Amino acid sequence: MRVVIAEDLALLREGLIRLLQAHDFTVVAALDNGPDLQTALTHHKPDVAVVDVRLPPTFTDEGLQAAIAARTQIPGLPILVLSQHVEQLYARELLSDDTGGVGYLLKDRVFDIGQFIEAVRRVAAGGTAMDPAVISQLLARQDRSGPLAQLTPREREVLAEMAEGRSNSAIAGRLYITEKAVSKHINNIFTKLNLPPSSDDSRRVLAVLAYLNGSQ
Amino acid sequence: MATAPHHRTGRPTPTTLAYLFLLLSQNIAALLLLPLVIASALLTLVWIGLPFVILTGTLLRTLANSQRRTLPHLPPRTPVPAAYRPLPPTGINRRALTIITDPATWKDLLWLISGALNLLVAAIPAALLAHGTYQALYALALIPDPSFYGTYQPTGPAERLILLAPAALLILLAYLLTIPAITLYTTFNRFLLQPTEKSRLTARVAHLATSRANTIDTQASEIRRIERDLHDGAQARLVALGMNLGMAEQLIDHDPDTARTMLAEARETTRRALTELRDLVRGIHPPVLVERGLHGAVQALALTHHLPITVTSTLPGRPPDPVESAAYFAIAELLTNTAKHSEATQAWIRINHGQERLVITVADNGRGGADAAPGSGLTGIRKRLDTFDGTMNITSPTSGPTIVTLEIPCALSSPKTSPSSEKA
Repeated sequence: MRVVIAEDLALLREGLIRLLQAHDFTVVAALDNGPDLQTALTHHKPDVAVVDVRLPPTFTDEGLQAAIAARTQIPGLPILVLSQHVEQLYARELLSDDTGGVGYLLKDRVFDIGQFIEAVRRVAAGGTAMDPAVISQLLARQDRSGPLAQLTPREREVLAEMAEGRSNSAIAGRLYITEKAVSKHINNIFTKLNLPPSSDDSRRVLAVLAYLNGSQ
Repeated sequence: MATAPHHRTGRPTPTTLAYLFLLLSQNIAALLLLPLVIASALLTLVWIGLPFVILTGTLLRTLANSQRRTLPHLPPRTPVPAAYRPLPPTGINRRALTIITDPATWKDLLWLISGALNLLVAAIPAALLAHGTYQALYALALIPDPSFYGTYQPTGPAERLILLAPAALLILLAYLLTIPAITLYTTFNRFLLQPTEKSRLTARVAHLATSRANTIDTQASEIRRIERDLHDGAQARLVALGMNLGMAEQLIDHDPDTARTMLAEARETTRRALTELRDLVRGIHPPVLVERGLHGAVQALALTHHLPITVTSTLPGRPPDPVESAAYFAIAELLTNTAKHSEATQAWIRINHGQERLVITVADNGRGGADAAPGSGLTGIRKRLDTFDGTMNITSPTSGPTIVTLEIPCALSSPKTSPSSEKA
């Protein structure tokens, strides 16, 4: 799998290269600034890109802007954005084209190598990977009223896992329940939130995220 | 009204005349205050007049301020600022002493006393006009009067007509003197009510000293908090992390299972340390503010808030960093207040810039009753804005709504072109 990496701190960049190479990724480009990233994304059209939000020359949100710009040129270009802090505003912007193949994670998530690699692969496959911090904020914000209050605690757990971008089997594994139970919970959630049912995993995730982002 | 029509010739219009009468009545009202001033001065000599000093002083200031507000409506239409030393909030002695020792009080007294002379000046054209009219009426035999102030006794109707000459002279004089008299009158009042350059500067220095002291206090306590957070948080976690790693290193050969647990713990500790550092950074200077400026940062803030918040902003550029940061934290604090106390269901934030000021309005539809009591979060905001000569205005009647307006004088830098728009 071909990957482009953009991270301005050499130490972290080398770490990411080593980590991804050890898991059978081919690093086609590793960059340290926004303009180069933009060129590399459109030129290499990688299977997935791992991008830091803050990059030179402006040290603002170069990385995020480059990612969004590249995705308008090549819709669905899989990009996983990493950051020292997560903002719902950025998550919303990344998800706004509603095409999937996006991820937005705290840099800390790299510590759990298994899960991080899984997230990269998921994004490459057109799925999503949203940081638990984003999801818990979204859920907390809607807690007080509305249909979300009708969910059982278990359903909320499943909803959170699903919103982070996990597949049914992954959710089953993490919550120690059967896959059948997971799909039953998901059906209940979709009914209670009044969302149209869908058999496609990643479409379903996008629907849930759109719901959480939008209904206020 | 400042927009009242005003002829180039300086002829008074009905509006300016009305303000002139207001001015006169203020001077008369001030004169009526004189007995109270004398009474409280006498009572102060026997030490029981201090409360009266406060009463009289406040009354005098109110009157003087009302004339200060009236004067700009008359030419030369420039504002007349007041420069009193701020009164301490409590303590009869301290308040009375502040009033007595403030040079502005003595200048106000001078204004009060000279009001008599001043009124006289204003009365000159009126008196001339009255006498001229009187003489004219007499000359035309419309009123019976046997003499011209006892100096001249006309004998026939023709002689009476001679008296029209002095009458016309008096009226002409009144006409010619009206404008100079009014000008003299307002100029004199202006002169007495305007703070001297010295007192203006003294007030400014006092304000700067207070706001600087506040800034230093706030900064010092911020730095102490950061130090404590680092010391008890990230630093302690890094120590634990090092210990875990050291133990894992020792155990790795003969007890790999325990070593693995240690390493997992080390990873968890690192994660916690990062979370703490992230929160700390957010409290010092939120990264999103660096990345997106005030509008973006406030939007991001609004998104994480429990209430639906509408953010509108028309900023053609970016305010300086310190102003941006102060404005951001002020808005954050106001939103926290709204969430805690207002029981609102909706809030609005408007960010504008005009007349060299950043103007921010934060409003909610809650139950109102917000006030900047000493020690409340609102006072904190006010103090921090004070550093920038900024102000906070709270309108929050009981049963709402609450509208808080923040104003910070600042210039905007030219807008930054974001990288995306360059490339798009």
